[in-house]
Amino acid sequence: MQITVTVNGSERTADVEPRLLLVHLLREVLGLTGTHVGCDTTSCGACTALLDGTPIKSCTMFAVQADGREVTTVEGLLQDGQLHPVQAAFKEAHGLQCGFCTPGMMLVGKALIEQNPSPSDEDVRWAISGNICRCTGYMNIVKAIQLAAETQAGASTTA
Amino acid sequence: MGTEATEIRGIGHSVRRKEDDRLIRGKGNFIEDVKLPGMLHMAILRSPFAHATIKGIDTSRAGALPGVVAVVTGELMAQHNLAWMPTLSYDTQAVLVTDKVRFQGQEVAAVIAEDPYVARDALELIDVDYEPIEPLVTPQRALEADAPVIRTDKEDQKDNHIYHWENGDKEATDQAFAKADVVVSLDTHYPRSHPAPVETCGCVADVDPATGQATIYMTSQAPHAIRTVFAMVAGLPEENIRIVSPDIGGGFGNKVPVYPGYVVATAASLLLGRPVKWIEDRTENLISTGFARDFHMHGEMALAKDGTMKGLRVSLLADEGAFHADAQPSKFKVGLFHIVTGSYDLPAAHVSADGAYTNKAPGGVAYRCSFRVTEASYMIERLVQNAAYELGIDPADLRRKNFIDKDQFPYKSVTGFEYDSGDYHAAMDLALEKVGYEALRKEQVEARKEGRLLGIGLASFTEVVGAGPHKDYDILGLKMNDGAELRIHPTGKAILKISSKTQGQGHETTFAQIVASELGIQPEDVKVQHGDTDNTPYGLGTYASRSTPTVGAATALVSRKIRDKAVKLAAHLLEVSEDDVEFEAGRFSVKGAPDKVTTIQDVALAAYTNFPDGMEAGLEGVTYYDPPNLTFPFGTYAVVVEVDEETGVWKVDRVVAVDDCGVRINPMIVEGQIHGGLCEGYGIAAMEQITFDEDGNCIGANFTDYLLPTSWETPRFELGETVTPSPHHPIGAKGVGESATVGSPAAYVNAVIDALWHLGVRNIDMPLTSAKVWEAMQQAKAGATA
Repeated sequence: MQITVTVNGSERTADVEPRLLLVHLLREVLGLTGTHVGCDTTSCGACTALLDGTPIKSCTMFAVQADGREVTTVEGLLQDGQLHPVQAAFKEAHGLQCGFCTPGMMLVGKALIEQNPSPSDEDVRWAISGNICRCTGYMNIVKAIQLAAETQAGASTTA
Repeated sequence: MGTEATEIRGIGHSVRRKEDDRLIRGKGNFIEDVKLPGMLHMAILRSPFAHATIKGIDTSRAGALPGVVAVVTGELMAQHNLAWMPTLSYDTQAVLVTDKVRFQGQEVAAVIAEDPYVARDALELIDVDYEPIEPLVTPQRALEADAPVIRTDKEDQKDNHIYHWENGDKEATDQAFAKADVVVSLDTHYPRSHPAPVETCGCVADVDPATGQATIYMTSQAPHAIRTVFAMVAGLPEENIRIVSPDIGGGFGNKVPVYPGYVVATAASLLLGRPVKWIEDRTENLISTGFARDFHMHGEMALAKDGTMKGLRVSLLADEGAFHADAQPSKFKVGLFHIVTGSYDLPAAHVSADGAYTNKAPGGVAYRCSFRVTEASYMIERLVQNAAYELGIDPADLRRKNFIDKDQFPYKSVTGFEYDSGDYHAAMDLALEKVGYEALRKEQVEARKEGRLLGIGLASFTEVVGAGPHKDYDILGLKMNDGAELRIHPTGKAILKISSKTQGQGHETTFAQIVASELGIQPEDVKVQHGDTDNTPYGLGTYASRSTPTVGAATALVSRKIRDKAVKLAAHLLEVSEDDVEFEAGRFSVKGAPDKVTTIQDVALAAYTNFPDGMEAGLEGVTYYDPPNLTFPFGTYAVVVEVDEETGVWKVDRVVAVDDCGVRINPMIVEGQIHGGLCEGYGIAAMEQITFDEDGNCIGANFTDYLLPTSWETPRFELGETVTPSPHHPIGAKGVGESATVGSPAAYVNAVIDALWHLGVRNIDMPLTSAKVWEAMQQAKAGATA
């Protein structure tokens, strides 16, 4: 089947098997390997991408379901070559260790702070509760997302 | 020259991590990201039965599927003498089955195809004729006389018993128990769990049949050891094997062993002359690769009436699965479990252990644990709390009374360790102060009056890491030493090549900080290379919290070796005698003439451009470090919980963790390691468990059955520190990656038991699910009214 998906702002067309998972479209067809596969059962969130701005698990969606829609992956976070506040905050607050869950965590964080510019500890924990991290104990991921929210809020008031 | 000293961001600085720049951009290079031209994809057919004879395998339908290049069976592997491989515990393990399957999920056959989807499709077309045999799902049953023998492949194996191991003085311990006023005991099963890193295992094997060069990209925590094992297994010349561990998405012990998939992919690549990629799915990871724990333990402690500990006795039965594949030093059959005397001055102790084969996956890896120390720490810390209640002494006071005193170090334990250093009272005092222990005990009394079940649990653990000294520590005969090679470039920048392999611990940053402290080169100017056996010195890798104790030491020592030469070069540049040169923070100055200065950068340039006659050019070195002793991190954790009497649900209100891991190289990273360990410790205490039904079916084969803590239920952690430097480590560091998984499970469980002791609850085996907690309360109440 031929599908057209807007990935990180660029329109991409591909001829895919109906059973191709969205995560494999991203990784294997489009070469965007920042989106990872961790569990195959929608449990861990390593494959999280944004579909029309909303976090989804790309390992449990077919590529054809994304036809005509917009997908954002970790590779789409950079803005004019600059780190997105959530990326900068993950480094600053030590929000990552092995880095495998990090793309998914950052995308959920981005979606959250767009909806909620000042999330509480609980707000962040609820938002990322579909994403498993084995390294950090979540403490610094929460801190990083809150820091990103602060940075973003600061940037919009000065703008 | 004469520049002002700038602050060197070395040891003690929370330097932001160098590895993050690629990872936050999605530019990590994990195993699944490795793609080579002409690469094929492998999928493995696994046994649905736990124990069954293979009557026949028909691969014809699978082989005929378009896109399938080859189907590999045990028979084909046997033709190349590769159907079996050695384990890390001097046993053998089937690579692909030839006789019978011995656990559910065992590797039966493999399909190599042009496309990963096609490889999976073809698995369903392989016809296997199984004849089931009674599955042995408990070690107790496996050791009964009429149990079928699992290892019929081993000529001398007439039953399912693997080993018997003892440590300590049995007679002295028996005497201590005979004279004791009080004996407390605990029977508990430390359940089988799985490290479950979010990235599964996998490899890309690229063997060139023309040259014999084998490059294998692999999720390995120990690439050098794996290279040697591969040379032994496959009979390939070791110089032609290159193991590359790319970025690793978490290891926690899971990525130490050699798995059949690696071997089959390599053999397939050799036979087909094309690269072969194999990536596990989650179920394969959970049901077939290295499990952890699974100890059935009986512990007893003898005490005097006043609370003085007199003796400790532990016997345990280890459920090893179908192949004895524990990843641990050869000499010690249950790892370093004999640290079970913990933080206490125990005059007598005896440990005995037996291992049994069962129809379960092999592994016995240390899930964020330094070789069975987690099980040991759990046993002693649970026993101490029981003893305190039986004697009517506060658990903190009983610990305090029996701690090894700081003046007793170095302390020789009755099980054979020499504890290098410690100050257990200080760590506990700080933890109690931070948590507000006395006030909490009062609050607990008040809460009970209101019908609330508040519990406070402590654990004062002693870790033992940094294996290890040549005389005692090897794996398959390979001494557990590690190396560091440092080269200073003419512009004063450096490359450090190390034998350890980070999986998130931040080696690219922390080891650069050690060089920074020793040589005054800023950490951003020191590139750290690891994970590629062609380009790093030999060593046994990263697990058991050993990287800082071993490679960290090697890094400090190789830096000092280079500094010695740098001083000679500086003397040459400053035109003074070597004895007159002083070094500090990257600057060499002349004694008594502080403005006569040169820098490490100038010296580095001189090493290639302007060195004295008779001196070799260059500024580089390599060191292999043989630790004189292990290191002994410690700490006290305090956990506060509230249990709902109606439902058995328990919630963690507070976790205070005071750790002493000696000198902290990068405090930010150390705290991150402790957070992670406290979370995994919570997972083990509350939810993580691999169980089996009576047919040997693995219950826990995906993340909807094998539960991991999410952000929602994971407690918030409050950290504290004391610093007792290791006296024998060059920078006084001890290792920290696993302290929190070693120490915290007992603290969580002690807190729940503390909440329920007055109801008559004496033990609940982990994981403490709400159903088990509720059940324990009902039983205790029934017992009280009976």
